[in-house]
Amino acid sequence: MKKNAVLSIVAVALFAALVGVADIALGRFAVRILNLSAIYIVLALSLNLLNGFTGLFSLGHAGFMAVGAYVSALLTMSPAQKEMNFFLEPIVPFLRNVQLPFPVALLAAGLCAALVAVIIGVPALRLRDDYLAIATLGFAEIIRVLITNAQSLTNGAQGLKGITKFSTTWVVWSVAALSVVFMLALVRSSYGRTMKAVRDDEIAAEAMGVNVFKVKSTSFVISSFMAGVGGALLGHMITTIDPKMFTLTLTFNILLIVVLGGNGSITGSVIGAVVVTVLMEALRFLDMPMDFLFIKTDGLPGLRMVIFSILLMIVVLYRQRGLMGNTEFSWDGLFGLFKAGQGKGGRR
Amino acid sequence: MDVATFFQQTANALSLGSLYALIAIGYTMVYGILRLINFAHGDVFMLGAYFAFYAVTSIALPWGVAFIVAIGLTGLFGMSLERVAYRPLRDSPKISIMISAIGASFLIENVGIVLFGGRPKSFPSIPLFDTVVRLGSVSVLSVSLFIPVVTAIILAVLLWIVNRTKTGLAMRAVSTDLDAARLMAIDVNKTISFTFGIGSVLAGIGGIMWTMKYPQLNPLMGVMPGLKCFIAAVIGGIGNISGAVLGGFLLGVIEIMIVAFLPELTGYRDAFAFVLLIVVLLVKPAGLLGKRQTVKV
Amino acid sequence: MIMTEGVCMRFGGLTAVSDLSISIEKNEIVGLIGPNGAGKTTAFNTITGVYRPSEGRIVFDGRDVTGAKPHRITELGIARTFQNIRLWKDMSVLENVLVACHLRMGVGVFSSTLHLPGYRAKERRSREFAMRLLDSVGLADQASEAATSLPYGKQRRLEIVRALATEPKLLLLDEPAAGMNPQESLELMGFIGRIRDEYDLTILLIEHHMQVVMGVCSRMYVLDYGVTIAHGSPEEIRNDPKVIEAYLGVD
Repeated sequence: MKKNAVLSIVAVALFAALVGVADIALGRFAVRILNLSAIYIVLALSLNLLNGFTGLFSLGHAGFMAVGAYVSALLTMSPAQKEMNFFLEPIVPFLRNVQLPFPVALLAAGLCAALVAVIIGVPALRLRDDYLAIATLGFAEIIRVLITNAQSLTNGAQGLKGITKFSTTWVVWSVAALSVVFMLALVRSSYGRTMKAVRDDEIAAEAMGVNVFKVKSTSFVISSFMAGVGGALLGHMITTIDPKMFTLTLTFNILLIVVLGGNGSITGSVIGAVVVTVLMEALRFLDMPMDFLFIKTDGLPGLRMVIFSILLMIVVLYRQRGLMGNTEFSWDGLFGLFKAGQGKGGRR
Repeated sequence: MDVATFFQQTANALSLGSLYALIAIGYTMVYGILRLINFAHGDVFMLGAYFAFYAVTSIALPWGVAFIVAIGLTGLFGMSLERVAYRPLRDSPKISIMISAIGASFLIENVGIVLFGGRPKSFPSIPLFDTVVRLGSVSVLSVSLFIPVVTAIILAVLLWIVNRTKTGLAMRAVSTDLDAARLMAIDVNKTISFTFGIGSVLAGIGGIMWTMKYPQLNPLMGVMPGLKCFIAAVIGGIGNISGAVLGGFLLGVIEIMIVAFLPELTGYRDAFAFVLLIVVLLVKPAGLLGKRQTVKV
Repeated sequence: MIMTEGVCMRFGGLTAVSDLSISIEKNEIVGLIGPNGAGKTTAFNTITGVYRPSEGRIVFDGRDVTGAKPHRITELGIARTFQNIRLWKDMSVLENVLVACHLRMGVGVFSSTLHLPGYRAKERRSREFAMRLLDSVGLADQASEAATSLPYGKQRRLEIVRALATEPKLLLLDEPAAGMNPQESLELMGFIGRIRDEYDLTILLIEHHMQVVMGVCSRMYVLDYGVTIAHGSPEEIRNDPKVIEAYLGVD
């Protein structure tokens, strides 16, 4: 065990150094992709907590992200910026002069999303799995419509521009790292075991004294908190948000990451987030006009999403467990891979 | 509001209600038989419209033939969808098949964007449906009168199939207890395929009639109606065909009433369906005509 | 210890259980038998809170527990096993038992996640307790194996031990001897008697295996189509014409 702990600490230190180097050495575009992956790690973990570890199929993630993004943006924008943005209708008085430091706003973002989760969760979590999916989807849509129409609160369809870019490399990767540590600690605890029991067979769990409703609600609230934080980080990275960003497509992208990486694997979500984010950018050329050798197209927008949808279908149909299934990374596992690769000489 | 506008809106409400009812039936039949929310059903609706569009414009078929071809293709597509995306997962955990449904939905939408182009297309006008009919001081579009009539006929045929034929009996048996049906030598796969076929045919008809009334097509046109129709099916009692019809009409009528009587709430028109859904799920989850299902422990 | 008064359970038009009035004293081992579909498991389900009885009350340890939620019932001291084994597939043998220990640990989500010292001590104690339970049924060696990799008989034992981990006063066993051969059934009988003494339990047992029921129960209730048709000691039941008729059908 000691050996594993040492190896892990060394790996983390190395990784932190790597992030630092990358931040300085790589171009702005690459750094942006890197940081986007970190945000998606947080988002994927939050969905995985709900979906993979507690067995609740919720499609409302985009709604919680929207709440987080808007709360954080509105709390950090200066009065001058607000006046510039809210040109159709002035902002609600109690928000006009509020300007809080970023960490406070980030926390508030998570808490507001969590609060919304409490309101939604109490009725919704009593529903069966397929109904829960539609109900959460419905709530996400309601949130989006509310945001679009609450002109004086959110600036409606115009969205908010000029959000301060607080999501620096260190910020996002620290939050990502914190999320990973938190998830690991939660999943390996007694509470984490009850979550998995609820996922596998909630009737048996209830019979063994587990307060299933409480476990589901707690999961839902924590997941939404993380989604709110993730949404806020996203807003502070791309500096503009509007209601059209937070649609089912966004939830789908995160679902994609979780499914590909393995529903129920923290390692899988991390790897999945990085891979999918990079791939999404890398495959962007598919949507662009191509003038490659003899292939000349006028751009096939949507082709990228087609590929990702096919990828999702393939995984769900042929390798349901995704990349990692519900196993996690372990040093022994990693070395085992190498030993097996060395040929018969490495076998015990 | 004057009498003329009232009648116009009534015609609109009946048309919209009929369309919602047709699509909702597809959802409810599939859910009844597989306990699956076919997220891709709304996209099948969209395909029906596009198949008809290309049949009329690119292949220049007369509209009657084009419609029949399109409806047939849509039915076939629905059956293939079941074969490819749902059947392999029938014994897998529920979540997998739900993810497959969402994945299929996105796949169809994006393939639609790639193949048909994201920009909206206009369906060429068909005189029979595009004429303005005058009844006294009231003028309605002819298609608004056709839709409810066609829907009523289709419903009658469907109810006959479900209640009076052997296939319909098989469908009802599989809905109630799949394993028992299998033991009774009912070909479950064929029955399920048939159910998807019918549901998709109805969606195709719905898609075509929708485009007659609202002639703009785009690859994402099925998303909102799809969601709303699922909600309609739940409101009426999922698994129950009459419930789907009731739910569809209810939703269509209320939606038009909001637009007509509360124009300042038009922005919330789409959200309204979701609000109604949540109210129903809280108060009577089985829906208006549904029965409570108890889980065997 | 526990008493049901006129409990009825109706599902739509079907009455699964009618007028169930049983009572069990502390440390008794009572049997609930009857042909298939007689409503025995439904009776269990009303006692454990899975179903809310359409009529009647259930009083446990002097407390009215009618319609209480299952986890609350378990908290009050009633545990059960299932007719179709419901182990958690994606967890190990030990983890299955540990989940059942969670109830008495009294830890919240925060102290668990942060692995605070108080939590760590409780976790250690739970593990020791769980291992002892596993040891008592000879499953200690398979503690880290997947629960579903065990042979059927051992899975049944695991389910019983998991229920014991909730430290119950009343244990409801739903067909624990199902699928067992005579040798295993004999061991099970001994096991039931042992745990009753060792853990100061009261036991209500559904079983089709006549050998087991007659051998281990001091009293039995017989259900047929939801109705209690007989009640008494093994000899009385064995000779009761109504019971014989229910099982074998009318001539």
